[in-house]
Amino acid sequence: MEEIMEILQNLNWSPLFISLKTGVVATIISFFLGIFAARKVLKAGPRLKAVADGILTLPMVLPPTVMGFFLLLLFSRRRPLGIFLYDNFNIKIVQSWTGCIIAATVIAFPLMYRNARAAFEQVDVNLIYAGRTLGMSDTAIFWKVTVPTAGPGVVSGTILTFARALGEYGATSMLAGNIPGKTSTISQKIAMVIQDGDYATAGVWVVIVMLIAFVIIFLMNLVTGGNMKNIKQW
Amino acid sequence: MAIKADIKKKLGDFSLHVKLESDCRRIGILGASGCGKSMTLKCIAGSEKPDEGQIVIDGRTMYDSATKCNWKPQKRNVGYLFQNYALFPTMSVKANIAAGLKCGKEEKAEKVERMLHRFQLDGLGERLPGELSGGQQQRVALARIMVYEPDVIMLDEPFSALDAFLKERLQQEMQELLAEYEGNVILVSHSRDEIYQLCEELLIMDQGKDICYGKTKEIFANPEHKEAARLTGCKNLVPVMRLDAHTLEIPQWGTMLSLEHEISEDISYIGLRAHDFVPCWEEERPVNSIAVQVNSIARLQFEHKYFLATQQEGAEEICWFVQRNEWPLYEEKGLPRWLIIPEEKLLLLKE
Repeated sequence: MEEIMEILQNLNWSPLFISLKTGVVATIISFFLGIFAARKVLKAGPRLKAVADGILTLPMVLPPTVMGFFLLLLFSRRRPLGIFLYDNFNIKIVQSWTGCIIAATVIAFPLMYRNARAAFEQVDVNLIYAGRTLGMSDTAIFWKVTVPTAGPGVVSGTILTFARALGEYGATSMLAGNIPGKTSTISQKIAMVIQDGDYATAGVWVVIVMLIAFVIIFLMNLVTGGNMKNIKQW
Repeated sequence: MAIKADIKKKLGDFSLHVKLESDCRRIGILGASGCGKSMTLKCIAGSEKPDEGQIVIDGRTMYDSATKCNWKPQKRNVGYLFQNYALFPTMSVKANIAAGLKCGKEEKAEKVERMLHRFQLDGLGERLPGELSGGQQQRVALARIMVYEPDVIMLDEPFSALDAFLKERLQQEMQELLAEYEGNVILVSHSRDEIYQLCEELLIMDQGKDICYGKTKEIFANPEHKEAARLTGCKNLVPVMRLDAHTLEIPQWGTMLSLEHEISEDISYIGLRAHDFVPCWEEERPVNSIAVQVNSIARLQFEHKYFLATQQEGAEEICWFVQRNEWPLYEEKGLPRWLIIPEEKLLLLKE
């Protein structure tokens, strides 16, 4: 017990803040990109739809390390895009917090996209037709009618996206590395201390992660299962 | 206000080709489910694009395949009442009504308030659509369309989702609400009663084609086409053979008809409404009659329905309906031997 108190007192909380910051930023980016992509895909013709859907879902299906590999190929400072970004904007992706965000966003994005698309597909197409005949612009219909009607699905997608972004490990460790105080997220911290045999510190972080997870699940049920009481028991 | 529409559209195996031209204020489109009625409306509203044709409302060409003109639905100024009303579920009644309005805040609020009052929705403005009854939802949907002052209102089976009692009341209500409206109304339905009550002119559709168009009352009185007769509620439709200009044979019923009227050569069916038979108790068979052989009887509250055997295997039973006020006659004299087919009630039909 004393040992745990001591760990808590001396704990460097930076991994928590790095993880939370990364999660929040990645979720915000995924939220808008995911909804945008879902809307575009729903409007596309059947063939384009199949191709686009496959590409957009891929990061969820591939192992995170494979995505990390692709991201490294893309952003490495020995590659055209990496060179371009560094020379023109002085932006470094590899071994930086920006890398954390990009890795988390890429991995978590499909969750947002797929949930948003599924939620939009459930929206009665007559609502959109009605909005059009009433003179509302397509953009207005989308943000005032479609998104609110699909609300619960969109929100649960957002929460899942946040959860995934928060815990991202594989792609992040490859792209952003594990620099203490800079790119060392909770997941990476846990892996690192376990390698050092420090199970007590790992345990403390595990408890913190579990607390966050419970909050997330609670929030999700609050939003999507607000009427859980009304659901019949099997 | 004139409407002209010529719409061609292919959807898989189904092909739609409808022509409609009218300057009448109340037009009905009658047809069985899946005949393309709703698709026709959606093309006029701009929710669907025809493959070919032309749509002109009040002199404004909204769609023309020849000149590649295709107005957005937002510009067409056409109101569309959906079967499920399509109210925006997350918006209050007020927000729903104001959804498409483009004017200042105060003017908006005033217009919405006026609509709430006119459609008897006072005090319901803050409610969500899910908290309203079916009738109230329909009034909100109508208010939302009316506030926008469309040139044409299209009603897509507006009563089919309602129970029988509510249906009759809302039909009456709709008639009163529409009476004040200056523009065109197109009502799509598979219910002949709705159309008969609300529309002056009628277009009948069958399998994607318009088969007849004219004054509602005239079409009901003389449908001319077999499908039109069926859709206007004629229960007895049988194929006939024209023997000469005044004689028809009805093989399924095992009888001949000799008519005073001249029979044109393209007549291939006759129709007779189930109430229009004239009973006869004589021993001897009268002209233009069929023998009564009852297969089954359905006794309803206000009428008895007799289903009579035909002379040919597999042919549809003959329907003969007797209303309540005539029942004492049959209790006294028993079932008639013969049913006479009166010439003035007989519908001569083309296929």
